[in-house]
Parts: sequence; structure tokens; C-alpha cells
Amino acid sequence: MRAFKLCTSVFAVFLATINTLSAKQQTDTPSEVNDGRQLFIANCAVCHGPDGDSVPGVDLGHGKFKRASSYDDLVEIISAGVPGTAMPAFSKELSDIEMRTIVAYFRFMAANAYSTSAPGDPVRGKAIFEGKGECLNCHSVKNKGSRLGPDLAEIGAVRRMIELERSLLEPNAEILLQNRMVRLVTRDGITITGRLLNQDTFSVQLIDSKERLLSFQKSSLKEYAFVDKSPMPTYRDKLNPGELADLVSYLVSLKGIGGQ
Amino acid sequence: MNARAALLVSVVLSSLLSASISSGQVSFERILGADKEPQNWLTYSGTTLSQRHSLLNQITPANVKNLELQWIYQARSLEKFEATPLVVDGIMYTVQAPNHVIALDAATGRVFWTYSHHPVRGRPCCGRVNRGLAILDDILFMGTIDAHLIAIDAKNGRPLWDTTVASARSAYTITHAPLVIKDKVIVGTAGGEYGIRGFLAAYDAHTGKEVWRFNTIPGPGEPGHETWGGDSWKTGGGPLWMTGSYDPVLNLTYWGVGNPSPDWNGDDRPGDNLYSDSVIALDADTGMLKWYYQFSPHDEFDYDAVQVPVLADMEWQGKPRKVILWANRNGFFYVLDRATGQFLLGKPFVAVTWASGFDEKGRPVLLPGKVPSAEGTLISPGNPGGTSWYSPSYNPRTGLFYIPAWVNSSSLFVKAPVKYREGREYAGGTNRSTVAFDWSPAPNFRKEEEGYGAVRAVDPHTGEMRWEFKMADVTEGGILTTASDLLFSGGREGYFFALDARSGELLWKAAVGAAVQSGPMTYSVNGKQYVAVNAGTCLFVFGLRQ
Repeated sequence: MRAFKLCTSVFAVFLATINTLSAKQQTDTPSEVNDGRQLFIANCAVCHGPDGDSVPGVDLGHGKFKRASSYDDLVEIISAGVPGTAMPAFSKELSDIEMRTIVAYFRFMAANAYSTSAPGDPVRGKAIFEGKGECLNCHSVKNKGSRLGPDLAEIGAVRRMIELERSLLEPNAEILLQNRMVRLVTRDGITITGRLLNQDTFSVQLIDSKERLLSFQKSSLKEYAFVDKSPMPTYRDKLNPGELADLVSYLVSLKGIGGQ
Repeated sequence: MNARAALLVSVVLSSLLSASISSGQVSFERILGADKEPQNWLTYSGTTLSQRHSLLNQITPANVKNLELQWIYQARSLEKFEATPLVVDGIMYTVQAPNHVIALDAATGRVFWTYSHHPVRGRPCCGRVNRGLAILDDILFMGTIDAHLIAIDAKNGRPLWDTTVASARSAYTITHAPLVIKDKVIVGTAGGEYGIRGFLAAYDAHTGKEVWRFNTIPGPGEPGHETWGGDSWKTGGGPLWMTGSYDPVLNLTYWGVGNPSPDWNGDDRPGDNLYSDSVIALDADTGMLKWYYQFSPHDEFDYDAVQVPVLADMEWQGKPRKVILWANRNGFFYVLDRATGQFLLGKPFVAVTWASGFDEKGRPVLLPGKVPSAEGTLISPGNPGGTSWYSPSYNPRTGLFYIPAWVNSSSLFVKAPVKYREGREYAGGTNRSTVAFDWSPAPNFRKEEEGYGAVRAVDPHTGEMRWEFKMADVTEGGILTTASDLLFSGGREGYFFALDARSGELLWKAAVGAAVQSGPMTYSVNGKQYVAVNAGTCLFVFGLRQ
């Protein structure tokens, strides 16, 4: 029994050790990272959060792990889960290669980690969001604001802090497929720009700046084209670094209607 | 001829045809002469030539705008509904996933009986689907997800025999409609993502006893075995998951064989890996190989050659020739001599970046560096292929071959190490689409250049595209053509439509609310022509407004 206690103590010490895994050990392709991001958001972020740091004592986004000393260990943990904790086994839901893809996303997060040096104030951020930033002109949060742009009520549950910051500074850097804008001209010469909601061979559906859900037969249009640039302005010169940090903090706090 | 006169002629013709054929037992002679009784649909692709072309002509380019819904059958299953129904003398037989057979009144959709087989195992890669039945006399035949072949009494839905074709534990499955030739029922085994050793086998239709078997991966001592390094043949894949065809004059049956295993890593299977990704021509009585042609030697892109072999007789360079027309998942359209297997023509029908063309024997000339890699290699067509299992059609009247195509698709092919474990995935990597192809009914946000689906009409003599009907989303809908030069198809975005088969002009469409994932078919009852297609989990049947 004594020997057993000694073993468990040693094990506990081992568990408490933080292993830093290098982000440069492997080369991951953008598509692999993108697949990993989607799998992470679908399977992991509900508990770990989009930055991988929502579970107390666990930080998946900075390459520092308590239970893993290699990337293979991480795959094994995802596969088998962690007995005695809320971490389930994913061996039935995910293939080996999918789990490795998620680990590739961990590497990406570590290489693109957000800075914690200047945490913002979400209360001040909300004031900027609704005031100086004029964000509600295009975005909505819980029925407040415009529905033209993407609803942000749960943006903090699905997007990383660094991604939110980048969207504010470089809106054209990444436009998700579902946030694309289209411009069309009817046979009557009316021009309408809006966010694409769906399209098929014969028709197109969008929401315009007046928040009208519109559907057109393509045969009734003179022009129909994607707008390649985001209508969102950059906030690089509109907000100072402190205001930007406040705004990002507010966005991170938006976890959906049940997740505050 | 005005519309009313055309209708009258059509009804009289149909009645005469009906009167000349005794109803009831479906003899093999009836199956061979299925084109002479176009009111019925007696085998998966309409006839054993698999042209999916019907001689019914009541629905025409002039009146197709009057098509309207006649009835819907809603499957009690949320799996993909991929079956093509059979229709025999007013009775329709189809399969809702995974393995439930239904007999319906083909004019009203009312159910006569159902038969349910509940697969106890089965590990299909891509859904617990079933693509249809075969019939001989009064017996229906169904392959199952757990790799059984079951004979069912067509009158009352009672099982007559149940033969285990292969081990479900090892991930063998059967998803395609069997093919009846003479007194035999022929089925093949799927499981190419699980390291099976595929085979095609013929069973006595009345006893279920195996009559012959052809291994798609040759064993020691068999020709072609030398194309597999080491023991790789034991787990080499070579699945069969689409119904073959039959030429009664040559007495040859033709089948497309799927990918070698593991899919994306060929390191442990050096060689051409026969007969994966090949068409095989077998003697229908013995299962002996007469010839083969391999479309994609040593495939590492999962370019299954499981397309339905379409048999056609046409003038070829001034002489009549019996050919096979084949739009392959690898992006090339082929014409082969079906008596000898001679390569006559190969031409891309979508963008192809893995091969530059063919040598004089018809072997593809590979492009350097176009192999899967650890970091991913971008190849067109992408993993879903330029086309796949969705039935093409050949219309002898227009002389055109119609392909359900994925245009501008590409994938990153990723290679990874893999070890065989019985019944477990054995793919050796993965593939990544360069743009998302969400499953219906997801909204579509793609630009055209990011990939689209199309019906492409190709002149078989040249491989040149005559016309194209573009869809905003990709397609898994098969194609039906009729003697009135109509073409029916659909796509993932949830439309079922009719085109002018000569021009590609859109003539009619119906919003069916979910992806068309089956081959349309047509039949008639009491002189009224119907067109049937599955979309989502429903079977839709259309006919002209009365």
C-alpha cells in the first residue's frame, strides 16, 4: 500500500508538470488547420471555449499541457478521454486523422496566441459597441441593432479573441462564406445589396440593409454578383488600443442566450 | 400531331404493348426485352444495357410544363433514399434505407406490403443506403447492409431464402441493386474503406446457392496477382457498389470495380493493383474474366470506377461497333469496345490534373508530383470525382451521352500511415475539399468558380461537350432520358427538372425540398405515364395534369 501511495504521489507530481510543446515541431497546412478549427468548434469549444481556456486549469491554446508531453499524447487523451473528469472519449465520434487535425489546430492556436497583457473591460466595450463604434448599425445582439451583418449574440462562443481583434482591424482578411455580400440589379433598374442567405440555380435569397428578407428569381435580374470586400470599416484609426481591447472583451463575453 | 392526338397514339401503343405481354411472372426473356414493354421498369437501369433511356413518349417537350405531382411516398427512414424503383404491371417495388422493401400501387402510392430486414451489423462508409432491387419470376432480390442476399416473394413480401454473401464483421456490405442474368442473381461487395477483398458472385435465383465467384483482387496463382506487392492483396479493397450491365449476344456482364485499399496511401500495395478501378467483363455463366480495362492504375485518389457501364451500339469511324460509354470518377470520359476491351477514346469531361492523357494502349500518362502527400496535394477532380455513382444516360435518338458532373472540384489529398484492423477504417489519409460542399438542405454561399454541378451532354464520338446545364450546387442526381427527347434530373439543391435533351434548355422544374440522390425512372399504368424520383427521404411521382 505504501508503495502504491508513493507511486500515486509521483504520478500527481507528473500531472502537475506543465509540458510546453513546440508549435514548430510540425508543419500544418492551412486546410488542415481549417478542418481542425471546425472540428474543435463543433466538438471541443462547447466546454473549452473558442480559445481553449474556459475549463479552469486547462489551456489548450498556448501549447502548454499538464497531461501530455507530446502531440501523440494529446491524440490519446482526445481518443480515450480523462477518467474522473468531464472530458469524454471521442474515439467513436472522431477518426484518428480528425483527432490529429484538432491537435494541428492546437499548434496553430499556440502560434497565433492572443496577448493577455492588456485585458479590456467588457462594460466599457459594450458602451463602445453601442456608441462610438456604431456596431449596431450593421450587427445585432439579442434583438438590438441591425440584422444586415452577422448576429453577434454568441460570437464569443465560436470565435477566438485574436480573430475578433483581427476582424476589427482587417475586416477583409477573412470573410466567412456565410457572411458574403451580394449585389443585384433588378430588371426595373433597382440596385440591392445585402448579405447572401442562400442561392440556387434559379433563385437567390438575401437580407438587405432595411432588414427585408428578399427572394428573387435570377431570371428577373439584370445583374447578380458577389461583393468581394467586407462592408465593415477598419477600426484601426477609430479606436485606440485600450478601446479596442475593451471592445474585444465585450465580444468575447457574448456567449449566446444561455451562456452569459 | 397535336397534343391530344399524341396522347391517343401513346395510350394505344401502351395498351397494345400491355396486351401482348402476359402479366405476372417476370421471365428473363421479359427482362432482356424490357425496352419492348416501356410501361414497366424491370431492372435497375431500365434494361440490361443500362442506358436509363425509356421509349415512353406521352410526356413531351411540348406538354412537360403540365407535369404535376401525383403522389408522394414518405420513407420511414432518415437515411439517404437512393433506390431506383422497379415497376411490374402496375406494382412498384422499392427499398427504404436500410433494408425495408415496399410494394406499392404505382398509380396511387398505396402500400400493399412491406418486408423489413434489420441488419445486425454493417459498417458502410457513407450511409446505410440501398439502391434497389432485382426481380425474376415472382421473386425480388435485395442485398443488405450486413452483406446478405435475400429473396422475397413479390406477392406477399415473405422471405424465401437468405444467403450470407460475406462477413459483416469484416465490414463487407451490399448497397447496390442486384442484377439478374438468366437463372442467376449477381451481387458484389462494398467496403473499400475497410480493407475488404472484394468479389462479385452469382447465386442460383431459386435456392440462393453460390454458382460462381470472381475475386476483384486476384489471389496467388491467379492472373493479376503480381500487381500487388507482398500480402497487400488480402486487404486490397476492390469493392463493387453499383449495378453492372449485360450483353446477351456476347453473354458478357460488365461491372465497375472500386478503389484499392488503403484509399490514399499506396506505399504498401506497389503495382497496378488489378482489378481495382477497372471495368471487368465476365462470362455470365461461369464468372470467367474475358477482358478488363483499368481506368486508374495504382489509384491513390479513391477514384472508384463504380459507374454504371452504359452499353451502346453505334457507328464508330464508319463501322458499327458495340461499345461501352463511361464517364469515370477520375474525370475522363471513355469509349471502349465491349467485345474486346479495346480503348477507343479517352477525354476529360471536367478539369483533370493527375494525368495528361493516354499512351497508345490507353494507359493514363501520369503527371509528376501529383500524388497524395503528408501536407496534402491539390488534385482535380477532387475526392468526390468528376462524377460518381449517379446514373448517366445515353439517348440513341440524340446520340448524346449525359453525365451528372461536378465541375471545378478539387481536393487536397493527404497521405498518412495506416495499419489494417479487421472491420476498421483502412484509408491511409484523408482528403480536404478546397471549398465546403455542405449536405442539403444547407444554404449555398459558393461562387460558381468554387465548384458547381451540371448535366453535361457529350458527343461519344469525340468526347466534346455539346451543351451544359449548370446548377448552383453540386449534384448526386442520376439522369433519365426518354424517346420524346426529354431529360430528367435533379441536384443537391432540391430541384427536379426536365431539359430538352437536344439543347439542354430548361423546360420544367419542381422544388422537391431536398437533394435528389437517386436516378429518375419512368413507367406507365393504364396508359398514363409517370416519372418517379427520390429526394430527401421521399419518393415523388409526377404525371401530366388530366
